[in-house]
Amino acid sequence: MAESDNIVVETAEKIFADLADPQTVNNDKKDSWQAPLWQALSEAGLPLAWVPDDLGGSGTSLADGFALLNAAGRFAVAVPLAETMLAGWLLAQAKIASPEGEMTVLPASPKDRITRDADGALSGRARGVPFAKAAKHFAVLAHGKDGASIALVDASKGRIETGLNVGYDHSDTVTLDKVQPVAIKPAPKGFDQTTMMLMGGVARSLQIAGALESMLDISVRYSNERVAFEKKISKFQAVQHNLARLAGESAAALAAATSAADAIANARSFDDAVYLEAASAKIRCAEAAEKGGAIAHQVHGAIGFTLEHILHRYSLRALAWRDDFGSESHWAVELGKLIANRGADELWPLVASR
Amino acid sequence: MTAALRFDPIRLPEKCEQLRKEVRAFLAEEIAAGTFDPHKPNREDTDAPEFSRRVGAKGWLGMTWPKKYGGQERSFLERYVVTEEMRVANAPTRRFFVADRQSGPVLIKYAPEHIKMDILPRICRGEICFAIGMSEPNSGSDLFAAKTRATKTDGGYLINGTKIWTSSAHIADYMIAIFRTSQPTKENRRHGLTQFLVKMKQPGIRVNPIGQITGQYEFNEVVFTDFFVPDDHVLGEVDGAWKQATSELAYERSGPERFLETYYVLTELVRAVGPNPDTRSAEGIGRLVAQLHTMRRMSVSVAGMLQAGKEPVVEASIVKDIGTVWEQQLPHRVRDLAAFVEETATNRETLERQLDFAIKTAPKLTIQGGTTEVLRGIIARGLGLR
Repeated sequence: MAESDNIVVETAEKIFADLADPQTVNNDKKDSWQAPLWQALSEAGLPLAWVPDDLGGSGTSLADGFALLNAAGRFAVAVPLAETMLAGWLLAQAKIASPEGEMTVLPASPKDRITRDADGALSGRARGVPFAKAAKHFAVLAHGKDGASIALVDASKGRIETGLNVGYDHSDTVTLDKVQPVAIKPAPKGFDQTTMMLMGGVARSLQIAGALESMLDISVRYSNERVAFEKKISKFQAVQHNLARLAGESAAALAAATSAADAIANARSFDDAVYLEAASAKIRCAEAAEKGGAIAHQVHGAIGFTLEHILHRYSLRALAWRDDFGSESHWAVELGKLIANRGADELWPLVASR
Repeated sequence: MTAALRFDPIRLPEKCEQLRKEVRAFLAEEIAAGTFDPHKPNREDTDAPEFSRRVGAKGWLGMTWPKKYGGQERSFLERYVVTEEMRVANAPTRRFFVADRQSGPVLIKYAPEHIKMDILPRICRGEICFAIGMSEPNSGSDLFAAKTRATKTDGGYLINGTKIWTSSAHIADYMIAIFRTSQPTKENRRHGLTQFLVKMKQPGIRVNPIGQITGQYEFNEVVFTDFFVPDDHVLGEVDGAWKQATSELAYERSGPERFLETYYVLTELVRAVGPNPDTRSAEGIGRLVAQLHTMRRMSVSVAGMLQAGKEPVVEASIVKDIGTVWEQQLPHRVRDLAAFVEETATNRETLERQLDFAIKTAPKLTIQGGTTEVLRGIIARGLGLR
């Protein structure tokens, strides 16, 4: 597990360790850990990390916020921290102040679209919206005749069909039917739904990378404890090589996600290079979630398949996060089109520019 | 907590990009002059001594080494840029690649001063070629089973035995090899091997080419019969090669050559598919590019850590493990997608010829320079499993 080297991550890790310890959370059938955790995160200003001071947030840098999401992944945090951060970030793009409380963003899939009519009312359906049921407000990217707008919507104005993703977190369908937003402003020039999906995808990539770090950690520990055939299973070469591959997948996810986060944190615009970084991160992290998670389960055997064990908190969430803000299949097609369109001789220069 | 794996998002500094432009311009000139064909990847069959000298004249060999040995004292990241541009262009680097990456650094660390002053400047000028004498007929991954003897005699050692799979031995001017100077001890089976500098093309050395499944004759059997090596050609501690063998491995294992070996088929596929790919081709290319980008970011990260004086042994092994598995699978994934390329694609024949070669090359990639199994053992040790 990477040592935290900034104060935001340190603060968050302390809160996670105290109030979101995966074993404690897993044993708690009533979810009574959620409220104190959210309160502590809010008091530390973390959900609105990416919102400037003058818009009601704590004005944390993009880079520190990304590191915070990576830490949240390491604890498989199951409150709408990432979602509220993304919502605050989206609203801040249009200089809309963020309210207190849980938020989420919509749409959460590149396929869905919210439209804005001439009166400024919003309509459309967004599927797979993470934590919509828990949210007090939605940050919405909407399209009208004169381009994209960003809006703050009271969550009670939308119709919510609840659902659960593979990781047992809320992933809901939100329908807006001529909903008047609390606030609405034009999106900045060049900001579109792809920008929002790339940002959301990088957030999920960092969470997946964090979950994989923890899966590697607990798998290594378990293999050093579990005895079979009269020795620790960590002494079997087949197990060692599986764990080495898990380390490789974890490393690839971490490298891809932190590189994309660094690219966005230092980008002047979402150009082809940032697109390569962000799309690649989502694709590679999703692949790692599948391959790495499978190894973590294989090492744990039957115990890892139980609800009592914490492994599934990481493995299933990592798999679920693949679907948000464009799956790896979506981004692979889009990245492939971009590469083909730029032409064969422009592929290496693009890769080498990073 | 498990030992943390670090892959910080290191970026190449600005001065690297100027250098990259220079390397690209140089390679474009060489291609235009007919030195090599970038679409023909069978670089290993091509010995290009004049090209080697021109690369040396540019200051791109031994570029991180001290100036007094002919180096440029430039950063490891700058060397990285030169290496990756050469690799992507399919430039004929075989004559100088081993010396620049591995042999030179070993000499800098362990050779006596007069030998450094003699040999290193010649490497930097691109004049000499090195081979590495590690494997033997009964000693491959298990390096410490090596049996080729170095017997002490007046003023030096007499070498008897056989090295095998020795790349470039048929053109090499020197070899850095390990020979047995003592028997292993009960306490340490790695004891008793010594690293030597060997001057090739001498009586007492016979080099027999070995045909490879690619159709090339790139590696060799090297037979030593009472071959004399002077005392000052001992590199480092007698009987103590095992202490020296590991520290350079991070350099050897994490470079761009560990995932770009078959890259050319991806470029050619993109060319064949054209600007408007169907969904299947787009998806396939997108995944491969995402994987490539990730590999490179990992590799650059390790290069940055090396430049900062760290020893990322586990991270470097991870790069070689997943990098070589990737470059091994790449021709097959490209073949999958090439099945849907239009018959009319103008580069179809080039792509097919390249795939034919890359598919034959693929099996060696996870064997040479440390097998996948050895690497995973190193990673497992780093994780605290062994």
